[in-house]
Amino acid sequence: MTALPASPTGRRLGLVIDLDICVGCHACAVNCKEWNFGGHSGPLTDWNSFSGTEDRGGEDAGAWGVWFNRVHTFEVGDGPDSRTVHFPRSCLHCEDAACVTVCPTGASYKREEDGIVLVNADTCIGCKLCSWACPYGAREYDHADGVMKKCTLCIDRIYNENLDEVDRVPACVSTCPASARHFGDLGDPDSAVSVLVSERGGYDLMPELGYRPTNKYLPPRPRRDCADNEEVPVSLADLADRDDPEIGSGLLRWVDAVLSR
Amino acid sequence: MSVNPFATVRETVNTSPSVSDEVKTTTCYMCACRCGIRVHLKDGDVRYIEGNPDHPVNKGVLCAKGSAGIMQHYSPARLTRPLMRTGPRGSGEFRPISWDQALKMATAWLSDVRKTDPRRLAFFTGRDQSQALTGFWASQFGTPNHAAHGGFCSVNMAAAGLYTIGGSFWEFGEPDWENTRCFVMFGVAEDHDSNPIKAGLGTLKTRGARFISINPVKTGYSAIADEWIGIRPGTDGVLIGALIHELLRADRIDLAYLVSYTNAPWLVIQDPGAPDHGLFARDDEGRPLAWDSDARATVPASGTGFRPALVGLQTLPDGREAAPVFHLMASRYLDECHGPDAAESVCGVPAARIRALASELAHHAFEHPVTLDVPWTDWAGRRHETMTGRPVSMHAMRGISAHSNGFQTCRALHLLQMLLGTIDTPGGFRYKPPFPKPAPPPLKPAGKTGEVEAGRPMPGPPLGFPVGPEDLLVNDDGSPRRIDRAYSWEAPMSAHGLMHLVIGNAARGDPYPIDTLFMYMANMSWNSSMNVPGTIEQLTAWDDEAGEYRIPRIIYSDAYFSEMVPYADLILPDTTYLERWDCISLLDRPICDANGVADSIRQPVVSPRRDVRPFQDVLIDLGARLGLPAFVDEEGGPRYPGGYADYLVNHERTPGVGPLAGFRGPDGTGEGKGAVNPDQLERYIENGCFWRHELAPEERYFKHANRAYLEKAVSLGLIGSPEPITLQIYVEALQRFRLAADGHGPVQPPDIHRDRVRTYFDPLPFWYTPFEEDALDTAEFPMHAITQRPMAMYHSWGSQNAWLRQIHGQNRLYMNRSRAGELGIADDDWVRVTSHHGSIKVQVRLMEGVNSDTVWTWNAIGKRKGAWNLSPRAPEASRGFLLNHVISDLLPERETGYRYANTDPVTGQAAWFDLRVRIERVGEDRPGETTEPQFHRLDPIWTVPRGDAVLRTVVQGGQER
Amino acid sequence: MHPALSVIIFTTASGAGYGLLALSGLFAAVDWLPRDGSAGGWAIGSALVLVTGGLLASTAHLGRPERAWRALSQWRTSWLSREGLLALASYVPALVFLAGWLLPEAVPWGPWGLLAAVAALLTVYATGKIYATLTPIPAWNNGLVVPGYLVLGGLGGMQILSLIMAATDHYHERFGWIVLLFATCAALVKHGYWRDIARTRSETGSATATGLGAGGERVRLLDAPHTTDNFVMREMGYRIARRHATRLRQICTSTLFAVPAMLALVSTLIDNWFGLVVTTALATASVAIGTLIERWLFFAEARHVVTAYYGSETV
Ligand SMILES: Nc1nc2c(c(=O)[nH]1)N[C@H]1C(S)=C(S)[C@@H](COP(=O)(O)OP(=O)(O)OC[C@H]3O[C@@H](n4cnc5c(=O)[nH]c(N)nc54)[C@H](O)[C@@H]3O)O[C@H]1N2
Ligand SMILES: Nc1nc2c(c(=O)[nH]1)N[C@H]1C(S)=C(S)[C@@H](COP(=O)(O)OP(=O)(O)OC[C@H]3O[C@@H](n4cnc5c(=O)[nH]c(N)nc54)[C@H](O)[C@@H]3O)O[C@H]1N2
Ligand code: SF4
Ligand code: SF4
Ligand code: SF4
Ligand code: SF4
Ligand code: SF4
Ligand SMILES: [Mo]
Repeated sequence: MTALPASPTGRRLGLVIDLDICVGCHACAVNCKEWNFGGHSGPLTDWNSFSGTEDRGGEDAGAWGVWFNRVHTFEVGDGPDSRTVHFPRSCLHCEDAACVTVCPTGASYKREEDGIVLVNADTCIGCKLCSWACPYGAREYDHADGVMKKCTLCIDRIYNENLDEVDRVPACVSTCPASARHFGDLGDPDSAVSVLVSERGGYDLMPELGYRPTNKYLPPRPRRDCADNEEVPVSLADLADRDDPEIGSGLLRWVDAVLSR
Repeated sequence: MSVNPFATVRETVNTSPSVSDEVKTTTCYMCACRCGIRVHLKDGDVRYIEGNPDHPVNKGVLCAKGSAGIMQHYSPARLTRPLMRTGPRGSGEFRPISWDQALKMATAWLSDVRKTDPRRLAFFTGRDQSQALTGFWASQFGTPNHAAHGGFCSVNMAAAGLYTIGGSFWEFGEPDWENTRCFVMFGVAEDHDSNPIKAGLGTLKTRGARFISINPVKTGYSAIADEWIGIRPGTDGVLIGALIHELLRADRIDLAYLVSYTNAPWLVIQDPGAPDHGLFARDDEGRPLAWDSDARATVPASGTGFRPALVGLQTLPDGREAAPVFHLMASRYLDECHGPDAAESVCGVPAARIRALASELAHHAFEHPVTLDVPWTDWAGRRHETMTGRPVSMHAMRGISAHSNGFQTCRALHLLQMLLGTIDTPGGFRYKPPFPKPAPPPLKPAGKTGEVEAGRPMPGPPLGFPVGPEDLLVNDDGSPRRIDRAYSWEAPMSAHGLMHLVIGNAARGDPYPIDTLFMYMANMSWNSSMNVPGTIEQLTAWDDEAGEYRIPRIIYSDAYFSEMVPYADLILPDTTYLERWDCISLLDRPICDANGVADSIRQPVVSPRRDVRPFQDVLIDLGARLGLPAFVDEEGGPRYPGGYADYLVNHERTPGVGPLAGFRGPDGTGEGKGAVNPDQLERYIENGCFWRHELAPEERYFKHANRAYLEKAVSLGLIGSPEPITLQIYVEALQRFRLAADGHGPVQPPDIHRDRVRTYFDPLPFWYTPFEEDALDTAEFPMHAITQRPMAMYHSWGSQNAWLRQIHGQNRLYMNRSRAGELGIADDDWVRVTSHHGSIKVQVRLMEGVNSDTVWTWNAIGKRKGAWNLSPRAPEASRGFLLNHVISDLLPERETGYRYANTDPVTGQAAWFDLRVRIERVGEDRPGETTEPQFHRLDPIWTVPRGDAVLRTVVQGGQER
Repeated sequence: MHPALSVIIFTTASGAGYGLLALSGLFAAVDWLPRDGSAGGWAIGSALVLVTGGLLASTAHLGRPERAWRALSQWRTSWLSREGLLALASYVPALVFLAGWLLPEAVPWGPWGLLAAVAALLTVYATGKIYATLTPIPAWNNGLVVPGYLVLGGLGGMQILSLIMAATDHYHERFGWIVLLFATCAALVKHGYWRDIARTRSETGSATATGLGAGGERVRLLDAPHTTDNFVMREMGYRIARRHATRLRQICTSTLFAVPAMLALVSTLIDNWFGLVVTTALATASVAIGTLIERWLFFAEARHVVTAYYGSETV
């Protein structure tokens, strides 16, 4: 049903991405590619893989392909106090997912049981309208298959009985070296991810568009300068000067500082 | 499926598809981090690679490169068969030959060399993870001309650490991620411990500890730091000096630590002009002395129970004066010239910020000591009820080491750590076994006169740690004995050799010509050389008189069609990392962590469908064919007919010690030492291809002085004796070289080098202007140019990877936005980058988070046209570039007319990051959107067909051609 | 947005086709469509040819055209589905209308013409709605988009109708006035639209897209995920230089409004067959070119909010 399901269970599986920790290593993106290449929506076709077959404006632009997860880098603010933020981006499994409602075939759908948004590759006609309807650039068209593809939230991992229980998390989450990615039920206010979101002020991307994304981003924590720690004196000068002026800050002060070895 | 056009078709999702029919563990080699992996196989092909959750290095995670392993394994750049050059070097004209022919040819060339002068073989290996084998092979062959890539990589870091604290950052140590309160990172973009560092930063930030990054560029790790200090390149020594100054001035130092664990109290002879001036005062048994303030007499410094003086000149029994190391060190750093104000003008970090940083380090270290309720016993047998440490930790890498003042800067950083009392204490920097080792490790390089003889092995390994002029590998006239000038007066403490000088020296026949250059896994005609155009010329330089190339023969083993391949005469194609045995040995660069001793193997998880052989097998085979004693049995037949697997199990370096430390002895329970276990590899495989011995809690800190640990280390064969390891604030070895420069002793530098040795071999750390900056008019070359490792690419070898090359398929020159504005440069402009050596044309990208005097780019993204079996039109070639083209291998001429190599004067470390440039918008004269220079294209040679440009299945090609 | 040729041809041709169909139905009802001769047949027939051609062109945009029929299923939610259904459904009255027109004795066409007109209008309305409901493309999510589609469809249809009438020698002066009316409306709607999209600033930009600009700081892209463009950027990242856009708008204004309006006025003064055919043919060509350019601009000028992730600070 293309219409959005009224989730009877309230389960909303999704990701929480910690921008305070993400170092921009692209591990999540490549591991996602690797898993999903052979996964539910695979293959994730690549073109011009070793160059030489595609010409764009008189130039070979290099390899490109279908990826479900991509890592951007932004700079926020100006000058030396600006901050660099790495920003992984994949499907947010929105509650009000227009990518679903615009779909003429019903190939794009949101699962009732867990809120995962998927594309049925057998019925998609490749009209690309859903990619226009997604503000987040999460939809990736596969020219070779003529159908739309996207992050599946690793549906073939998270319930996969052939995997050990601990491995039943999305590929991007299990591989993230910095543990900047979390997976869980955001519909359950007591789940670990929901707690994290409320503690850290997790937020929605482009809230103004009203898609109500399930995935949340944890903001970079405010930068702390050493001056921000009030316990720490701004310099050690006081200590240096409080010494006997005779001794000054010279070597003599250690004459009596003899410790036993 | 419904054919009713109005019906909504519901998808049935198979949520439990089978993942594979077989899973094998092995070790990743998409980089040198050596994570454990599980390889899923389906119908004999690799389907999916994931991290091994049980593995001590990565604990289940994988980085971007590791996750793209499949694409590397099936890369079309794979070489397929042995090749012999038929056209001129660089032309790419080759003829396929059989392995038998290849090995016969190599044997003939090499046995000729060995029978006449083994030094005429230069055997250098790059990203080698089997240096325990390759070094051993070289010394069996009898040539001192061996090293791996460490000399151009980070030998400053390694040598400074090993001479100072008997360990190092690099992958030899790690911060105490669990307990540190403040972590300071100097010049690290990625490092060898890729995944552990990321995991550590994640832990640290989640815990809410402070993270400060000192780096001219704010990307990657620096991006998540609480505080970023965008220092001017090459000046960290000044910043560190100012921190030391502040701590000393305020007396915020850990005197107890200094007294217990460092040579701070050792007495240094003060007798200018004397041949032992500046050396430690020693007793008759050669033991260094300290001053007992109670007894008012000298005592052996290694003793306990006395109260050593730290300052004040003392009188030695022979009447001469001596000063404690601490006294000398403190006098130097208390001088106002080391203060924050002076530092600010050099390093660009505001003095107030330096002061605050010093204050903060002191605060965390001294106001918040970490105490673990773990009793332990020190080397002297004294029991301590708890382990108390200073929770300030540091890590540093090439940002400080890849400069010509890197050795002394790294030393300064270790000094700072010692003053704060944070080395191997809870919350501080922690050694990973087999470190600490005595500082420096008691191993001398072989290759002196008399140690290199025709047809004979050398008496020892080619690499080691000289502690004085007598240990150098120089001729009587002071000229170098090694082709790379390692252990000569130009780089006396070059603990890792100087691979980057080999090609140039050999082509010039300076210090002498060689016959065969044998290389493994190093892209020397491209990204690992300075002065790439010059290197290409040197590789093809022709000797008219001799009617042959100046480097007559080049044998090279690569697995892929890299830029280096066309310059070899004989190519020995290697397998991919999933097709061979390998060993990450404790004798080499192991995978230990601070809490455990570990090593690991790689097992072949698939077999090659090309005519390729693992290089180690080939090397062992060659060893047997050449009759190298350790590689033949009593009858002269091959000692390891089963190749590397056979060697791993059966080779013993010393009785009971082999390449692998785990599962030794007939029953497989031996750890570290033990008899050969024929089932050893099976046991490794059963255990996930690694072995780990977890240290007991009482062994985990103060390893340099912890009796339980030291004894454990001896029992595992990590060190020779359980003596405590004293951290060396003052490195006497340096003073020995200096004394020689001052005219003392039998081995003295040639006059031309005296000044240089005298100046830079300061036994206490100090800062000096990097050489290139010093020699140039900085107004003419106002900017610093540096590179960084991209996390998703490994040097040159990721570009053949269909996935990774999408992430980094070309590179830009990053530049500070406001600085660019002043120069009239806009985003996306093309600019010319000019150094004293050459010029390149590249495209810029402007950014905020970069020091305004610095430009930078990602390392090794630029590719030569046609290499790696990419189309010559690939953006890596047309829009990518290397800074290496403008980095000179030699420094500008000195007053003496001599051109030193562009290296650190102590270790020979390549000074990649000393580069100074000028940036100008390109004018009408160089239109077009292609980077310059461009080299003539390389035509593919016997690689796997490039295959379908549209990749729909991971298994590409696989066909031989 | 990437201006895909198939979609431009589709909306242009089918828009004009439906316009023609609707006008034919309406004119038939008020008896402005000449009963004698084949002129009306030509009009309805041409409308069907244009519509069919347009629909066929649109399938070229599909990755799986053979599955196009599946697009009928989601009429409850999807405007694209509704458009497809309406397009198909409109064939029924249109064909009956045509048959009745050609064989008036056999088929009673009376209400079918009106029905066809309504279906045609609804179809164009649905087409407009497809775009107008896409919130991620602020330039499309605009109240003047649907009127624009309708009025341009009307203009195109009216112009073609004029040509057919002129060619079949049934031209009537009022056709000229109606063209003039449509052209004026089109000019008003389009210029209103352009002024609108120039004036309205989307709230969305790199600051909200990343959630990092809450403090009012600028959020600039330092590095895109890949050094090569991906599908999203190829599809949604199209950017047109302002210089080109201005030029094209000028061409659009003249070809779509000025030229047809002028020729329409001229046509009211001409009364020879050849002169009328030439003027209406010229005007038709002008409208066709104008509409193609307008459609191209409609895509090329529209910025998708996803570009906020790829370097645009504002959308
Ligand atoms: N400008 C600049 N230049 C630099 C640096 C810098 O920071 N800036 N860094 C320097 C440093 S630290 C280093 S370590 C060097 C690294 O430079 P290199 O050591 O040259 O490293 P790679 O480019 O990875 O090349 C290694 C070669 O090994 C081959 N290879 C890969 N896998 C296998 C295998 O399994 N078997 C065999 N036989 N061969 C294989 C690859 O095809 C490649 O040709 O670069 C140095 N160059
Ligand atoms: N992904 C990936 N991982 C790798 C490699 C790879 O190619 N790719 N290569 C491996 C190898 S061989 C090595 S040697 C290690 C090297 O690991 P790193 O030492 O992290 O190597 P670089 O990327 O050269 O990083 C140098 C850093 O120092 C900074 N820097 C430059 N000059 C200065 C300075 O004067 N002061 C300070 N404070 N900082 C400075 C640069 O901005 C950069 O961030 O990485 C290893 N790991
Ligand atoms: S793997 Fe983790 S740290 Fe790396 S880019 Fe992805 S989220 Fe960031
Ligand atoms: S992120 Fe895009 S594709 Fe994913 S659910 Fe939301 S709108 Fe749909
Ligand atoms: S491309 Fe496929 S999934 Fe997307 S809207 Fe069209 S039919 Fe639906
Ligand atoms: S959840 Fe799975 S499909 Fe989605 S981004 Fe992560 S790895 Fe990719
Ligand atoms: S860091 Fe990445 S590439 Fe290196 S060994 Fe680990 S997983 Fe492999
Ligand atoms: Mo390196």
